[in-house]
Amino acid sequence: MSRESDLGDRLRELSGGSAVALKLAPENYADNYLLALNATIQGGNVEVDGHTIYVSVTNPASLIWTIAQALDVPADRLSFVDAISHIMMDFRNPLENASYIESPRMLENIMLRVEYLLKKHPSKRPVVIIDSVNALAIHNPPALLSEFFHILLNNLKARQVLTVLLAVSEESATFVDQILALTVDETIEVRADSGGM
Amino acid sequence: MAAGDSGAAPAGTARDRCPTGIEALDNILEGGIPRGNTVLVAGSVGTGKTTLSLEFLIHGAERGERSLFLSVTEPTSKLIENMRSFEFFRPELITSGKLLLVDIPVLYDKLGLDHEEMRPDEIQLFLQTLEGFLTESKAERVVLDSLTSFAYRIQREERVRDFMLKLSQILAAHNCTTLLVSEIGPGAGRYSLRGVEEAIVDGLFLLGNARRHGDILRVLQVIKMRGTPHSRAQYVVEMTPIGLLLAPHLKGGLTEEG
Repeated sequence: MSRESDLGDRLRELSGGSAVALKLAPENYADNYLLALNATIQGGNVEVDGHTIYVSVTNPASLIWTIAQALDVPADRLSFVDAISHIMMDFRNPLENASYIESPRMLENIMLRVEYLLKKHPSKRPVVIIDSVNALAIHNPPALLSEFFHILLNNLKARQVLTVLLAVSEESATFVDQILALTVDETIEVRADSGGM
Repeated sequence: MAAGDSGAAPAGTARDRCPTGIEALDNILEGGIPRGNTVLVAGSVGTGKTTLSLEFLIHGAERGERSLFLSVTEPTSKLIENMRSFEFFRPELITSGKLLLVDIPVLYDKLGLDHEEMRPDEIQLFLQTLEGFLTESKAERVVLDSLTSFAYRIQREERVRDFMLKLSQILAAHNCTTLLVSEIGPGAGRYSLRGVEEAIVDGLFLLGNARRHGDILRVLQVIKMRGTPHSRAQYVVEMTPIGLLLAPHLKGGLTEEG
């Protein structure tokens, strides 16, 4: 998909409890990422005041939050589980709306922080974004990661959470593709129109 | 009570439960600890024994059950500060008398038990005093933190066994659901100081650390619980302002006990 409105519409159509993979093309990655982010947070959330939980493994939450602010996302609609700042030794600007985990290898703690934030911010159809499957695959062996996604996505499905997994399409290792094939309901290729959003 | 009636639930009927208030743990225990059970909460330093125990008592007090914390190792003022980290803690639980905190070292001083080793008559005096507390407070939930600190003052194994049997009888007579905190070293190979305590209690929660490539995960396992079927799987524990949360410990990676 190449337009934010189309992607937002598609995400809105998905029933609660769905899991969808957004595979971002590596060319013009920044544009593809912005399209996916905006469509998911602003467009994909069917509720006016719906809450999104962003699990950041690729970039620190502080960076994502800067981007989200530029997209006019209100602070009370977005919270983070940040599993990367600690290992990057980036403690300069901890966010109030972020929960920090020491390492992206502590997968159970990621599950539990997501559960905590879901309870803290009750919502009819909450959204969880995992950025990204590729980054988690750098830090975790395939068997562990498969088990993690199997348990997490089943749990989120039972809670009627829309889960959006970000992945980089041509960088996907074979086992990442296998995990996505086994766990998500739908895969959408994201390639922004040339010229950006 | 009819002759021969022990007061126990008839065979095949479910026992009344004492919910811990920790949702996942109550699910593991099919609703909570069977009421009246005495449970050893064993673990090494920093694994969450006191936190779990405090949460158990706060939830009990919230339900209107008298809850009693007997603290050997930490002053009660510090415990109150620790409880404030829970969003669901209200100081009124203490002022209303629903949640009672007792400094055991202060009690030792009053009873003249402030020396290193306790004689059998002194152990008996302590147990009588404890029974008085239970009668007076009408406590339904009790925590002793820690049993280990007490057991250190009883030098002989048979006396520890005798103490444990009498303690269990007193708690059972008052229908208290009790957590006894046991401090053990990492990889101790047993669940208590003398190794006899776990044989006498009805249940055993084991808290510990699991390592994954240098990272440490807090873990919990229900080793035994009389009166209910339960999972014996290991769970990762997260301490949050809304209480302890549990997730299955993933098996796909290499782990070692720490």
